[in-house]
Amino acid sequence: MAKKTYLQALNEAMRLEMERDADVFIIGEDVGKFGGCFGVTQGLFDKFGSERVIDTPITESAIVGAAVGSAVSGLRPVAELMFVDFIGCALDQLFNQGAKMRYMFGGKAKVPMTLRMPQGAGVCAAAQHSQSLEAWFMHIPGIKVAIPSTPYDAKGLLISAIREDNPVIFLEHKMLYGVEGEVPDESYTIPLGKADVKREGADVTVVATSRMVHSALEAAETLAASGISVEVVDPRSLQPLDSDTIVESVKKTHALVVAHEAVGFAGPGAEIIAQVAEKALDYLDAPVKRVAAPFCPVPFSPPLEQAFIPGADAIVAAVKSLR
Amino acid sequence: MKSPDKKVLLSMFGTMHKIRAFETACQEFFAAGKIPGFVHLYLGEEAVATGACATLRKTDMITSTHRGHGHCLAKGGDLKFMMAEIFGRKTGYCKGKGGSMHIADVHIGILGANGIVGGGGPLAAGAALSSKYRKSDTVTVCFFGDGASNQGTTQEALNLASAWKLPLVFINENNGYGISCPQSKSMAITDIADRASAYDMPGVVVDGNDVLAVYEAVSEAVNRARQGKGPSLLECKTYRWRGHFEGDPTVYRPESELKEWMAKDPIPRFAKKLLDSKQATQAELDAIVGGVKKEVEEAVAFAESSPYPELADLLEDVYA
Repeated sequence: MAKKTYLQALNEAMRLEMERDADVFIIGEDVGKFGGCFGVTQGLFDKFGSERVIDTPITESAIVGAAVGSAVSGLRPVAELMFVDFIGCALDQLFNQGAKMRYMFGGKAKVPMTLRMPQGAGVCAAAQHSQSLEAWFMHIPGIKVAIPSTPYDAKGLLISAIREDNPVIFLEHKMLYGVEGEVPDESYTIPLGKADVKREGADVTVVATSRMVHSALEAAETLAASGISVEVVDPRSLQPLDSDTIVESVKKTHALVVAHEAVGFAGPGAEIIAQVAEKALDYLDAPVKRVAAPFCPVPFSPPLEQAFIPGADAIVAAVKSLR
Repeated sequence: MKSPDKKVLLSMFGTMHKIRAFETACQEFFAAGKIPGFVHLYLGEEAVATGACATLRKTDMITSTHRGHGHCLAKGGDLKFMMAEIFGRKTGYCKGKGGSMHIADVHIGILGANGIVGGGGPLAAGAALSSKYRKSDTVTVCFFGDGASNQGTTQEALNLASAWKLPLVFINENNGYGISCPQSKSMAITDIADRASAYDMPGVVVDGNDVLAVYEAVSEAVNRARQGKGPSLLECKTYRWRGHFEGDPTVYRPESELKEWMAKDPIPRFAKKLLDSKQATQAELDAIVGGVKKEVEEAVAFAESSPYPELADLLEDVYA
């Protein structure tokens, strides 16, 4: 199997789906010749042309609305916003229009669209270009939320997202684009709603998402040296959420730490912990812990930004505090 | 442009009456407490939806507004399924889950009424993009109000449509008020059609109470769109006879203004034209009115006798 980056895996997923299905097209700011803000759509314009890789004005409502409108009329758009933070400009088209159409119309419409958005801190892009907003999207019935951590998952989840007949929010972490991993050349899917146990362990379950999966794996390595066996569970999608796999893991380890880069308060971890509390509270031998960003906007200055981003050390500390 | 043939003329007459009778029934049953929620009636504005949709094919698409009953009826919406939806019944277009503000029938190109002012513009741009992408000659019409014309979403959609020469016709229904706020307080211009020049598209002011004027202007814009020449913005000046919603006391507008506009009722005006030009006889028109009345009565009976959705339906259709 070839080693590819997370970015290459995403690019390959779009290329394969565009080759397979003429209704699949890309729409967004600078996705054409420029190749996308982070280069994820590189080469697709040359391969598929301007009719299928469509540059838009800097008007996010129009991008998301055009995706919803073209999806409900039969196409399968893959829209890109440069940064998840820009969804604020387009929220109505997503959550009042795209998300609700199927339900409001009594199941007689489908909205097969994918909205890709990079999120996360780490490049000193400050408060309006660095957030992790997955909890916003999890809260809206009618949309699905994928949040891959590895190149392999990125490709398989994106292919699934594109084939979905529902709007899928696809959250990429900008610090993961260069991360390498084994990715088959051929097409494959990873179902939305199926968690992956990234490392098996016996003593503590760490449920981590996106870039924090890598921090959790690093922490697990460190903790193994102290004789603590950590199981790392990556939900891979937050809606649907595979709470079964999480609960099974907690039943085995009797301890839970949740790690994400979104701010802790009302973050995605709150839902994960609530699910465990409802389904497996009696199995917990210790209080649960959250490792998350502090409740403030993402700061600019490098030392402040680094202090904002929760890392492996914080996970190690959280796990040790349980014992 | 050649004037519409008799079949089209009589069909438009029927559609206007259908909207009038349908909305009158909604008014009545809302007052009687039989329709839940909110209804925003199209009474007085019938000529706009009628003239516009008469130019469209079944495969063409529309996006509508919270005042959408007229658009849906004119685009071919089934009265029974519409009325049942408005009554909140399982047999309605949306199985009772959408109500008055979300009636849709994507199979005949009704991409939904819309509870959000200005919500339809970007969706219409997407629908028109579908046509262009597929190299189909279908056209999308985006109905929106004077209030919606100030929304950023509408401006984004106008810009996108003009930048990409989308087969899209923007039909502004200017009824003078965004809820209670008169146009003079919400924008500095008199004619919303003037905004077309900012997007290098034709902008035309149309007498929205003259169904033939609407038909003619929309025909031209639709043909232009079908030929790949891009979007247009038509401003149909009209007036809503009722408040923004049923129950609105309309303290913000003078009674004399309403009377003045009711005297410009588009329906008798059209009937007179048909009779004066001998394109229809009184007997023909009476037969149409009678037929429509019956259709509305049947729709109400269908709605009233239909069951409410089952509680087990609550979680159905959240996802495909």
